[in-house]
Amino acid sequence: MTAFAHQLFSGLAMGGIYAILALALVMIYQATHLVNFAQGEMAMFSTYIAWDLIDRGMPYWAAFALTIVVSFLGGMAIERLVIRPFANAPVLTIIIVFIGLLLIFNSVAGWQYSYTIKTFDSPFPARSWFGNSFMSSHESGAILVTFAVLALVYAFFRFTPLGLAMRAAAQNPASSRLVGIRVGWMLAIGWGLAAAIGSVAGMMAAPIDYLDPNMMLGILIYAFAGAVLGGIDNPWGAAFGGFAVGVLENIAGAYFVGPEIKLSVALLIIIGVLVARPSGLFGRMLVTRV
Amino acid sequence: MPALLEARGLKAYYGPVQVLHGIDIDIAEGGITALLGANGAGKTTILRALCAMVRREGAVNFAGRPLGARATEDIVRLGIAHVPDGRGTFVDLTVEENLRLGAYTRADRAAVAEDFARVYGYFPRLEERRRQQAGTLSGGEQQMLAISRALMLRPKLLLLDEPSFGLAPIIVKDIFRILRAINRESQVSMLIVEQNANLALDLADHAYLIETGRVAVGGAASAIRGDDAVRRCYLGY
Amino acid sequence: MTPMTIVSREPAALPAKPILGLDARLWRRAAWALLAITALGLPFVASGYHLFQFSQVLIYAIALIGLNLLTGYNGQISLGHGAFFAIGGYTTAILVTKLGVPYWATLPVAGAICFVAGFLFGLPALRLGGLYLALATFALAVATPQLLNYKGFDAWTGGSQGLLLSKPYAPFALPLSPDQWLYFFCLACAALFFWAAANLVRGRIGRAIVAIRDHPIAAETMGVNISFYKAMCFGVSALYAGVAGALAAIVVGFVSPDSFGLFLSLSFLVGIVVGGLASIWGVLFGALFIEFIPNYADQLSDLFGESAKALPGAIYGVLLIGLMYVMPGGVAGALRSAPRLFSRLFSRAKHG
Repeated sequence: MTAFAHQLFSGLAMGGIYAILALALVMIYQATHLVNFAQGEMAMFSTYIAWDLIDRGMPYWAAFALTIVVSFLGGMAIERLVIRPFANAPVLTIIIVFIGLLLIFNSVAGWQYSYTIKTFDSPFPARSWFGNSFMSSHESGAILVTFAVLALVYAFFRFTPLGLAMRAAAQNPASSRLVGIRVGWMLAIGWGLAAAIGSVAGMMAAPIDYLDPNMMLGILIYAFAGAVLGGIDNPWGAAFGGFAVGVLENIAGAYFVGPEIKLSVALLIIIGVLVARPSGLFGRMLVTRV
Repeated sequence: MPALLEARGLKAYYGPVQVLHGIDIDIAEGGITALLGANGAGKTTILRALCAMVRREGAVNFAGRPLGARATEDIVRLGIAHVPDGRGTFVDLTVEENLRLGAYTRADRAAVAEDFARVYGYFPRLEERRRQQAGTLSGGEQQMLAISRALMLRPKLLLLDEPSFGLAPIIVKDIFRILRAINRESQVSMLIVEQNANLALDLADHAYLIETGRVAVGGAASAIRGDDAVRRCYLGY
Repeated sequence: MTPMTIVSREPAALPAKPILGLDARLWRRAAWALLAITALGLPFVASGYHLFQFSQVLIYAIALIGLNLLTGYNGQISLGHGAFFAIGGYTTAILVTKLGVPYWATLPVAGAICFVAGFLFGLPALRLGGLYLALATFALAVATPQLLNYKGFDAWTGGSQGLLLSKPYAPFALPLSPDQWLYFFCLACAALFFWAAANLVRGRIGRAIVAIRDHPIAAETMGVNISFYKAMCFGVSALYAGVAGALAAIVVGFVSPDSFGLFLSLSFLVGIVVGGLASIWGVLFGALFIEFIPNYADQLSDLFGESAKALPGAIYGVLLIGLMYVMPGGVAGALRSAPRLFSRLFSRAKHG
C-alpha cells in the first residue's frame, strides 16, 4: 500500500511539472492557436542558465528569480524577433520555425554547456518533510512550487488590468485594439510569461534525474498529453491534465508497462483523447458551420 | 465653430479594391451626425477608415491635429471610441470586465468610477448583470454593453456602426433615446451609421448620404428629411 | 493567420512566354536529360563515401515523396514519419538477419507492413486536424526510440545494440562495387516510386486528394470519400517511408533505436518544406538539403573547435528559419516564380 502511495505522490510531483509546462503551452495556444513545439527546449535552456548562475556561486533562490526574469525577457524577444515576421504565414511554415527554434536551443545548450550530464541540486532540504515516507522533500517542494505558480498566474489573469487586457487580446484582437490595447505587445508578454513559467518547470525537473540537453523532450510530450487531456484552450483544465498524466504514467510505468516505454502511454493518451473527445475534459466543443 | 473631426479626400481599400473614393465630411463638436445610404455604400468603411482599421489615404484632422499614420490603438487614445458592427463584445468576459476594458487606457481611477456609475445609470440592466458572462446577454443588452464600453473611454467622439441592427423596435427606441441623453448630458459628439434612415434623421443634427464610396448629399438632418426628392431617391420612402 | 491552405500549388498551365528563345517544355526536357545523365554517371565519378551519401539522398527522396503526398497534397501534417521509416528498416533487418530472406525480397514486405501500419494510424488520425495531428505525430516520433529499445522485443530487435546486416554484392557478377550496385538499386527504386507518385498526383486520385486538402466539405458533397482517401494517403505515405527505411537498412548495414529518433522525423518535414510542398520535383532538393546541410554544418562547426560538436544543429535551425522567411514556398516555389522574374527582366531589357 505504501508503495502505491509513493507512486501516487511522485506521480503528482512530476504531474506538477507537466502541469506548469502544459499551462505555458496553453497560454501561447490561446493567444495564437499555435502549439509551441520548442517550449520544452526553451525551458531546458533556462535551466542551464540557472545551473550556470549557481555554479558561479549565486545562492539558489536568487538564481531561481534571475532565471525567471531572463526567461521572461528572452521569451518576449523571441516573439518579437522570430515569430512576429511569420504572423500571417501558413501553419506548416510556422511549425518549421518552431522546429528551427527547438534545434537552435538544443544545440546551443549542448555547445555552451556540453552534453555531459550535470547534477542540479534540489533547493529543498534533504530530509523529507515531517519525516513522511511518501515523498522526498524535493517532490513535496515541487508540488508546492507548482501550486504557487498556478495561483500566481491565476491571480495575475483574474485580478490585474494587464492580465485582463491579455485575456481580451487573446480572445478578440480587433475589439482589443478598439479599447486601446496594444495587441502585439500582449502577444510578446504572453510568450515571456510562458517562457518564465517553463523555466520553473525545468528547474523543478532537473534535480529529479540529471540535467542534460535532451531532458525536456519527454517532459514536453507529457505536457502535451496533459494539455490535450484537460482541454488545450483551458489553462486550468490543462493544469489538471498535467497532474493526471503524471499520476497515470507513474502508475502505468510501475505496474503495467514498465518504466522504459512510459512515453508510449503519453502517446496513447494523446491519440485516445483527441479521437474520443477532442476538446479534452474541460475544453470547449468547437462546432464549425458547414 | 471648428469641426471636431474633418476628413478630406478619404480613400479606403480592402486589399486591392478601392471602396471609398474621396470622402469629405465634417463632424461638428457636440452634435450628432448620421451616415446614411444603401447596403454596401461604404458607410461602415468610413468608420473603419477613421479608426485606421483598413488601409486608407487622405487627410483626417481630429480636434485640430492630423491623425497621420497612427494605428487604431493610438487613435483610441486621442478620444475616439468606436462601437463596431456586430458589437465586438468580449463574449467570454463578464459585463464588468468588458466595461473595465473600455477604460483600459485611462489612469484617473476616481473618474473611471464615476463613469461606471453613469453608465449603470443609463443602462440599469447592465448593473444587474454585471457579473454575467457577456456572451449570455440578449442582443439589446449586448448593444447597451457595447455603447457603455465605448463611453468608459470618456470619448470626445463616439462612432456607432448600425446600433439598431437585429434589435426589436422597442429596444431600438430605448437605445436611441439614451443616445440623445448621452449626447446632451455628457457632450459626446457622435457619428452614427444607420440603415434605418428615419430613426437616424430623427436623432441627428447633420446627415450625409453615401453612395458607392462617395458623398452624394450632405446637410442638416431636418433639411434632408424635408426634401422629398432626396428621400425618395436615396432613402426609398 | 491564414488557414491550412498551403502556399505552393502545381501550376495549371505552362508559362506562355519563351525564355531566351526556348519554351518551357524544352527547358524541362533539358533539365530531365541533365538529371538522368548525372544520376547514371555518378557512381563512376564519385567514390565510396560520397556515393553512399548520394544513395542516402535517393532513399530520403523516396521517403519525402511519400510524406509530400500526405502533407503537401493531402494537407495532413505528420512530424512522425521516422516511425514508419524505422518499421521498414527493422522489418528488413529482422527478415535478413533472423529469417535469412534475401534483401531485395524484403522491400515489398516492408512496404506492405508499413502500408497497413500507416492506414491503421490514419484511421484515428481522421479525427485530428492540422495542429493536433502534428502534435500526435510529434509524440510518435519521440516515443519511437523508446519503443524500439523495449526489452520485451529484444530477441527480435537486438535491443539497444541493434542489428547488423552484411552489404550485398552486385548480382550476376556485374563489374560493380557493392556501393555502386546499391546506388543503382536505390536509383531504380527511386525512379519507380517517383514515376508512380507523379502518375497518382496527375490523375483523378491526385485531384481528389488535393480537393480534400483545400475544400474538404465541398469535396465530400461531390462524392469524394474523405475517410477512405485520407487513410489511404497515410497508408501510401507510410509505405514509401517504409521502403525507404528498408533500403536504408540495406545500404547502411545497421539498424538501432538511436538511428530513428526525433531528428529523423523532423528532417523529413524539413525536407518537404524546403523542397517545396506539393511538388514532386522539389523533393530532390529537399533530399539533398537534409543529407548534405547537416554535414556542412558539421564541417563549419569544426572551425569553432571540438566543443562545437553541437553547433550543426544551431546552424541548421537558423538556416531553416531564414529559409522560411525568404522562400516560404521552398525551392520548388522559388523556381516556379523564377521564369516569371526572368521574362520580366528580359522584356524590360528589350523595352528599356
